[in-house]
Amino acid sequence: MQMPLPSARVLAEKALIVKRLRAILPRDSVIDDPAETRAYECDALSAYRCAPLAVVLPRTTEEVAACLKLCHELSVPVVPRGAGTSLAGGSMPSADAVVLGLARMNRVLEVDYANRFIRVEAGRTNLSVTGAIEGEGWFYAPDPSSQLACAIAGNIGMNSGGAHCLKYGVTTNNLLGVRLVTMQGEVVEIGGPYCDAGGLDLLGVICGSEGQLGVVTEASLRILRQPEGARPVLIGFSSNEVAGACVADIIRAGILPVAIEFMDRPCIEATEAFCHAGYPDCEALLIVECEGSQAEIAEQLDLIRRIATAHDPVEFREAQSPEEAKRIWLGRKSAFGAMGQKGDYMCLDGTIPVSALPMVLRRIGEISRDFGLEVGNVFHAGDGNMHPLIIYNANQPGQQELCERMGAEILKLCVEAGGCLTGEHGVGIEKRDLMAVQFAPEDLEAQMRVKDVFDPKWLLNAAKVFPLQASASRRG
Amino acid sequence: MRVESESQLVEAVRGARAPLRIVGGGTRPVGALVGDPLQVAISGISLYEPGALTLIAGAGTPLSEIEAAVAAEGQRLPFEPARWGALLGAAGESTIGGVVAANVSGPRRVQAGACRDSLIGVRFVDGTGTAVKNGGRVMKNVTGYDLVKLMAGSWGTLGVLSEVAFKLLPAAPAQASLVMEVPLSEAARVLAAALGSQFDVSGAGWLPGVGAIVRIEGLEQSVSYRAGRLAEVLAAWAPKVMREEGAGLWRDLAGVAPLHGQPGDLWRFSVKPSDGPQVAARLGGRAVLDWGGGLVWARVAPGTDARKLAAPYAGHATCLRGACAAFEPEAAPVAALSRGLRERFDPKGLFNPGKMG
Repeated sequence: MQMPLPSARVLAEKALIVKRLRAILPRDSVIDDPAETRAYECDALSAYRCAPLAVVLPRTTEEVAACLKLCHELSVPVVPRGAGTSLAGGSMPSADAVVLGLARMNRVLEVDYANRFIRVEAGRTNLSVTGAIEGEGWFYAPDPSSQLACAIAGNIGMNSGGAHCLKYGVTTNNLLGVRLVTMQGEVVEIGGPYCDAGGLDLLGVICGSEGQLGVVTEASLRILRQPEGARPVLIGFSSNEVAGACVADIIRAGILPVAIEFMDRPCIEATEAFCHAGYPDCEALLIVECEGSQAEIAEQLDLIRRIATAHDPVEFREAQSPEEAKRIWLGRKSAFGAMGQKGDYMCLDGTIPVSALPMVLRRIGEISRDFGLEVGNVFHAGDGNMHPLIIYNANQPGQQELCERMGAEILKLCVEAGGCLTGEHGVGIEKRDLMAVQFAPEDLEAQMRVKDVFDPKWLLNAAKVFPLQASASRRG
Repeated sequence: MRVESESQLVEAVRGARAPLRIVGGGTRPVGALVGDPLQVAISGISLYEPGALTLIAGAGTPLSEIEAAVAAEGQRLPFEPARWGALLGAAGESTIGGVVAANVSGPRRVQAGACRDSLIGVRFVDGTGTAVKNGGRVMKNVTGYDLVKLMAGSWGTLGVLSEVAFKLLPAAPAQASLVMEVPLSEAARVLAAALGSQFDVSGAGWLPGVGAIVRIEGLEQSVSYRAGRLAEVLAAWAPKVMREEGAGLWRDLAGVAPLHGQPGDLWRFSVKPSDGPQVAARLGGRAVLDWGGGLVWARVAPGTDARKLAAPYAGHATCLRGACAAFEPEAAPVAALSRGLRERFDPKGLFNPGKMG
């Protein structure tokens, strides 16, 4: 992975930059000791590491604004960081960058059930947003699998999804407003607890801009009442193709489950060995979850059973109790950990049209054989968001590169099939140089123009998202 | 001028020497109407996969053509696009590109999101005559910046849409409406109680002469069950439950029928739902509420600055018919960002100049 050379000027001015930061922030909010900045050298894409110049941990929007204003004045790059759980290297630092971490900004500022929103500081973790309102029977819908740790700021940066977004949408569909600090240190209020933008939909483009347009310090989020209940079924199939056809038929039948999850044989076997969820011995399985009252769930499951039966399933297992529901989800939720038992893994995130599922799974199998690396597929089938997990050995020279080349092949396949490189993880550094597979130069140019407006000096997280060559003239 | 393909559109923009007024079906003549008309007649559904809930169409495709195609497969556009022709006294057939450019959403917005939430891909031609694509045909996509959202609701001021892609939803086989004869002042409380229930409300509005209306949609048994339970929640307001015969109420609400052919300027306020009745009361004229109170449609005396009358409110107002600025003036830092975007996407100021301020 290529990263731009750090600015020699900035590295040489480190002492001055840290001194100026200390002058505007409390003593404990600036970290520059190399032993401590190392804790920020990577995010969840841990194959790539680089300790930053310094780390700042502000407590207020005013402090964030002061930091950004100073860094702008001194032309110092800034890498915003929520909780550092990005799988795409979205918060990986460079040696000449100040990491701006939001971990200390985690308060709930306002809960308004009558208007169905919550306003929080953006360093708050995803799950603790729901934690603040579940006692009253409400929840915040987007549920990335890192939700225990990941921050709302990062969710907004990457437009995170989750298992339940088939029904509830991703972050952008649940975000009402933000307080954004621009690289120039200006505080901007965008959106709020009302519908739609009065002018251009700036909120829409800020969400998913991977921390390149500004630092979000507060967010107003749409909240929902928890459904009366939810229940999953597990359906086993004799082939990936049949499972894929069943997904399309469920959707066509007019049922909208909250989740349709897919696992293939390598994943099923790995999870069985790992957590003994009691999954059937089959080529592919679906976990379909429906919500509502008991009667409503029964009505939906009845339809799903009829559809599945036409596909001659190996097994149709309906959860009869909360314990059985838990067991059905156990394997799915342990899938990444289970695959991790087999070795190091790289998790891909391409999305494809649901209709292309059987073809893409077959091709992934062929690519796996060609490269000689095992791959397991576990993903959100209802919306075509794949998560192929490639198993490799990081300690064996050349395997990391081989794995990355294989990952690139799979992502190119997703694009060829009519899909995209990333459905919910973001581009970061990981898929930056594959962007040209999906976009023409003029498509990328249009996107980069947006950054020109928000961050004319290209100081915020600048070496991400766009191929280095494409952004070179702007990054200076 | 009329263009029937993206390449014709590119030629038209490259050859333009004077500002262009971008027209779809011409049913939403809002704000400054400046420049030579450029009618986008790039029409036709190029891809429809019912099993993947996705559809791609030319921006000039009539809305009715798309609605008919998806209805034939038991599906629908989730956001219930509304027609404003009768409301604004504009003849013509709404196009899907116009719906996107205005980010028009109907009553189901409270449940299924806005037009921009269902929009998953666009192709457009910017002010330099360059065709650009963003998003795609899959419903989960975070690859690069989301210009799809930026184009929705930009009223043609950033680029001219040539193609749009949507995610669809299954059409609900059954629906029920709960009608409560309550005054406007009481409406937001009733609607909040409904929207804050567990029963997945898909519409919540207030019509003069009718009262508060709440909608449930879905599978037959589920609709019966939820309508019954919701009636218990709302018992204090004595709801009357209607089944399919209530569908007309929602057409009236989406099209704002009570304000058709009425005198006065026409305004639309997007506010915090609990503020809706108060904003409507301050405006004083005939009003309709949608989105749980968060959307206020109102007629006011000609020439009135309704923003002053309604203040203070958190949100924004659009003057659809009248002498005031059509779009809400933005705070200086937001206006600077919007201006910067327009200058970069349309450097010669060709597209709908002055429309959004």
